Amino acid sequence: MRLRDISISNLRRRKSKVFFLILGLTIGITTVFTLISVTRMMNEDISNKLDEFGANILIIPRSDDLSLSYGGMNFGGVAVDTQALKESDVPKIRQIEVRENISTVSPKLIGVVEIEGKKVPLMGVHFQEEIRLKKWWKIHGGAPRSREEILLGNEIAVRLFKSTGESLSINGRSLRISGVLEETGSQDDFLIFGDLKLVQDLIKRPGALSLIEVSAFCNTCPIEDIVAQISKVLPHAKVTAIKQTIQTKMEALDHFKKFSFGISTIVLLIGGLIVFTNMMASVNERRREIGIFRAIGFRKSHIIRIIFLEALIIGMMAGVVGYLLGLGTSHLIGPMITGTKTGKLLIDPILAIGVVSLSAVIGILSSAYPAIHASKMDPTTALRLL
Amino acid sequence: MKNNPPLSPFSKGGLSYGHESRDTGTKMSLIEIRSLSKTYESGEECVLALVEVDLNIEKGDFISVMGPSGSGKSTLLTILGGLNHPTQGDVIVDEIPIYQLPLEKLADFRREYLGFIFQSFQLIPYLTVIENVMLPLSITEKSNREQMKMAGEILEKMGLKGKERRLPDQLSGGEQERVAIARALVNSPPILLADEPTGNLDSKTGKEMMELFKSLNKEGQTIVMVTHNPENVAFSSRTIYLRDGKIV
Repeated sequence: MRLRDISISNLRRRKSKVFFLILGLTIGITTVFTLISVTRMMNEDISNKLDEFGANILIIPRSDDLSLSYGGMNFGGVAVDTQALKESDVPKIRQIEVRENISTVSPKLIGVVEIEGKKVPLMGVHFQEEIRLKKWWKIHGGAPRSREEILLGNEIAVRLFKSTGESLSINGRSLRISGVLEETGSQDDFLIFGDLKLVQDLIKRPGALSLIEVSAFCNTCPIEDIVAQISKVLPHAKVTAIKQTIQTKMEALDHFKKFSFGISTIVLLIGGLIVFTNMMASVNERRREIGIFRAIGFRKSHIIRIIFLEALIIGMMAGVVGYLLGLGTSHLIGPMITGTKTGKLLIDPILAIGVVSLSAVIGILSSAYPAIHASKMDPTTALRLL
Repeated sequence: MKNNPPLSPFSKGGLSYGHESRDTGTKMSLIEIRSLSKTYESGEECVLALVEVDLNIEKGDFISVMGPSGSGKSTLLTILGGLNHPTQGDVIVDEIPIYQLPLEKLADFRREYLGFIFQSFQLIPYLTVIENVMLPLSITEKSNREQMKMAGEILEKMGLKGKERRLPDQLSGGEQERVAIARALVNSPPILLADEPTGNLDSKTGKEMMELFKSLNKEGQTIVMVTHNPENVAFSSRTIYLRDGKIV
């Protein structure tokens, strides 16, 4: 027989008390786990929404006289800029410290070409990145698959009387129109999109870029950090965060995190208090028993170990049950809070171990005073009760 | 059961006790009590429980301690048991001045030297018979198998074979008393301390218990027993009468 057998036997004897003890701590752990899960769900939801919002960082050449206006279609300043962006800048963005927060990097070159006597803006892009960035795009036809294909904005297609499958001659090159965008209500309606290399050839600016759009999510770091790190690797560029798209949501999340922390602390304190009062009562009930233990040669440390072992078992059981209940609760109420249609089970072994450990630590900390109190009980006082 | 329970070598800070009396073979006091006094303070009132008590108990003695209620019997037993610090005087067991030991060493001393039999048996209700007997061994280095063997042997000797898995409340008073004795003797302590061991037993079972004590004593077990019952005195080798904290 070992001390753990004494602890286990005692817990078995006090089944109903142990049940309520575990229940008290379980409620705390379930609450904490549910709040952590819901916060994570909200984080994830914001990340997903960010993709839908498109880019949230804009990189343009650093220049005093630059008068680039993406929405207003004025690109004059770009052409004369002396510190133009280069294609070789793109990989640098992917190498920053918080690169895992970078979702999409879409380099662009914008120029103006003359087609059938009309000045038309032309944008060179990497279609794969551009389509990832602009999830709202709907294309009649398809996206260009080769350098000899182009995509027309809805308005420019109307002005040029062109449609999918026809050819368009730009600077003497005949290019096939692979598709036409549905009306977006943005500047994209007025643009002709071609492969980046094609546009660089057409406007004779090999390797040059006008701007880079970046989509980044900011769960683990503020967007200012990402901006600062990109600025560091691209000192010749001006990096700007388009914060308004996510700021409100991030602030709401921040408030929710603070609220969750407050609630978790209170609930865990209550859980700890339940353990404390129960353990204290149990120790006082067991005065006689502790007296016998001491009389037959148990050291103070043996008594402490018996109490701590009981607390550890209770804490771990509450942790496991709390984790499982929290998993279910967050699956049920998570979607209601985050507004998503279905909640997914957040199975994270590290979080599971963390929650069970937290519960065990609360159990032990709450039992520290009762354990020390028990070890200090005068065996003769206990034996007078015999 | 061995004829002469060996004295446990016990060390305090590297200094071993308990060897000389065995090595020389000379009959020395196992327990020496010198000028022992104990005063309990209750508010401004002081109660003298023991006054200048001197007592020598030799190995193999069976001592009965008698006296009226409040005479200091239980105080003497708890002081002998290393549970109650005296106000004055020394208790030397096997040449160990036990109250000079640090508290945790005193606990080790109790484990190695003493077996307690309490009034009302005081078995742990949620442990089985064999677990109750194994209790003093649970804090030793002995393996579970060794503990089971030792507890099984002593239970067999106490006539409790086949009842190892029962809980204390499933046993008769006499059987519970035997379990308590088995627990006290399982690690072969040199000294057995018993506080009113027959107090909760009917006269027939009480007598059986005293017979058992007597046979243990014949095998060399040193026993100090506090009792109210004059019939029990006949079984002991020496009787000490206490009155108002003094040996009379």
